[in-house]
Amino acid sequence: MFANLGTLLRYRGLVQSLVARELKARYRGSVLGFVWSFVNPLLLLSIYSFVFTTIMRSDDPRTRPYALFMFCGLLPWTWFSASLTDATSSLISGGNLIKKVLFPAEVLPIVSVLANMVHFVLGLVILAAFMIGFHHYPHAAALPWFPVVVAVQLIFTLGLALALAALTAHFRDTRDLLANLLTLWFFATPIIYPYFRPSVERFLWLFRLNPFYHLAVSYQEILFFEQFGHARSLLLLGLLSIGTFLAGYWLFDRLRDSFAEVV
Amino acid sequence: MTTAIELVNVSKIYRRYSGRQFATLKSALLKRSLLRDLRPNETFVALKDVSFNVEKGSTVGVIGRNGSGKSTALKLVAGITKPSAGNVRVTGRISALIELGAGFHPEISGRENVFINGIMLGLSKREVEERFDDIVNFAELREFIDAPVKTYSSGMYMRLGFAVAIHVDPEVLLVDEVLAVGDESFTHKCLDKFGELHRRGKTVLIVTHSLGLVERLCDAAVWLDGGEKQVEGDPKRVIGAYLTAVEETEKQQMAATTSRAVRTAAPSLPTDDMFQATEGRWGSRELEITSVELVGTSGQPSLVFHTGDSVSIQLHVRAARSIADFVFGVSVFNTDGVCCFGTNTDIEHMTSQRIEGEAEVTFAIDHLDLVEGTYKLDVAVHRRDGVPYDYHRQLYTFRVKSRTHDVGVFRPAHRWIFSPNVKFK
Repeated sequence: MFANLGTLLRYRGLVQSLVARELKARYRGSVLGFVWSFVNPLLLLSIYSFVFTTIMRSDDPRTRPYALFMFCGLLPWTWFSASLTDATSSLISGGNLIKKVLFPAEVLPIVSVLANMVHFVLGLVILAAFMIGFHHYPHAAALPWFPVVVAVQLIFTLGLALALAALTAHFRDTRDLLANLLTLWFFATPIIYPYFRPSVERFLWLFRLNPFYHLAVSYQEILFFEQFGHARSLLLLGLLSIGTFLAGYWLFDRLRDSFAEVV
Repeated sequence: MTTAIELVNVSKIYRRYSGRQFATLKSALLKRSLLRDLRPNETFVALKDVSFNVEKGSTVGVIGRNGSGKSTALKLVAGITKPSAGNVRVTGRISALIELGAGFHPEISGRENVFINGIMLGLSKREVEERFDDIVNFAELREFIDAPVKTYSSGMYMRLGFAVAIHVDPEVLLVDEVLAVGDESFTHKCLDKFGELHRRGKTVLIVTHSLGLVERLCDAAVWLDGGEKQVEGDPKRVIGAYLTAVEETEKQQMAATTSRAVRTAAPSLPTDDMFQATEGRWGSRELEITSVELVGTSGQPSLVFHTGDSVSIQLHVRAARSIADFVFGVSVFNTDGVCCFGTNTDIEHMTSQRIEGEAEVTFAIDHLDLVEGTYKLDVAVHRRDGVPYDYHRQLYTFRVKSRTHDVGVFRPAHRWIFSPNVKFK
């Protein structure tokens, strides 16, 4: 398993070009092309903002401007959920490669995660623009933590993506289960509502079991709220993420030889 | 000589997960059978204890019928699948032409696909850059290289895939039946490329059904059948052994067809048109053809012959009583239903006198001058006025093989004569 992890490093050139291909291919033939990377999150944001500032008004003054608050959590969530969704089908859509080319299969789910990470980074540009527009800036002291959160999320997502991709090769309906699970997960995470609502605090122990709770809270504290007080939990989650990654990779590695026969 | 590819007692067992054709993760979780379902419940042996070596710098062909394990062997050498038992050792960079253009993305341009495909096959970006012009020229796609691959014809697609794979500059090249990728001139170019690789001391392993190719290109051949190695060594000898086995199978298949035809032939009325091709057997059976055998040069009953062989059609006949009016006839049809030849004793001015009890009738052909193909045989005995005693319509199938692939029906014994100023190589 660790030998395979080592060879993975050798394939970084391949991963790089496949991510580029993924991004190019996605918008090839569309009128707006790469602009969709910006338009997608903007549209999503305007929908949520409309619903939660006009229809279901949230009164908490601490979450103003609400659109900006929500965007801080929505952006990483979109990266997370889109990565998992893409990763589950990555082995099947790349079946040709697995069956006909000497090809390290784990590259495929990894590419799914990384391609979505690029969208996430582009989304950050929009986020920055919003911050300027709203004159609401993050605290400089907390900003060094930002790459840490991203790294933790990346490792955590990679672990889940590998495990899900391997399972989907054997069980096609993992995809459908995942879609429902992700909806549940989204609402169970303080993204469209702040984590300090009394109703959340009543079930805090339950929320704390949700790994993405810590990620969302970290993002919001770093990018939106004044101070970052979630560092300890984040680092613990970092350890858990490494565990998740190793477990996911182990499962993937165990099932590797069967992929060429089941996809 | 060092060994480039070495297979030692390699077996490959494919696992089948047929027990859970419609199984889903949900049901697996509900039935708590997740772990059990991830385990295969049925196996299929694709390769059984196969060992062979390929010397560095040689070209080796793997031949065999469909499903004999050829492609599995190639995939094992390529490292795409792992052997269930035994060892596969390969020295040097491998490039596998197993499926051309696998991994091309239809939406992006040929240029970008060349880069990604090259990197997938193990080149660095700079190496692809260096070879880019060669690849495009080889594929003859200069004008189209910036168009998305989805607009390519299948030939263009294959050519580009082939061009990339062959320019990886492998130490070991694996080829799986991919030479049917272009027109005649492209095929020649591919063969030239193989020749060039051979001269430069690269190792080539080819899986193919084209025996001519193996004979022309390969230094050695391996014949696999049913996942087991049958013969390896000199291509001519291996091909010979393989062809003999194929003939044997064909013989068995034809014998099965014939016996089925004879068994199921229902007595039916003769149609007005004698040459309308339908199988069947009819007649009064007062004079009965009890068995028909085709005997070749070897003296053994056979159903596969070579053009020019001597063949006798032996009829065993039984007459229930003494009969004076009878005509024996034989005719040969090809698969299009065309009567290639037909005659009978009456046409050949033999006037019958008497037949009684068991008898043997042999129609001896000194030279079976038919072109390659499958033929059906009519044998009959009837009265001079045509009323049948026993008519076997196309119940017997036999095959004629030929080293030359001439066309038509009949291959008369012939020779060419040239004046001295006409020269051939």
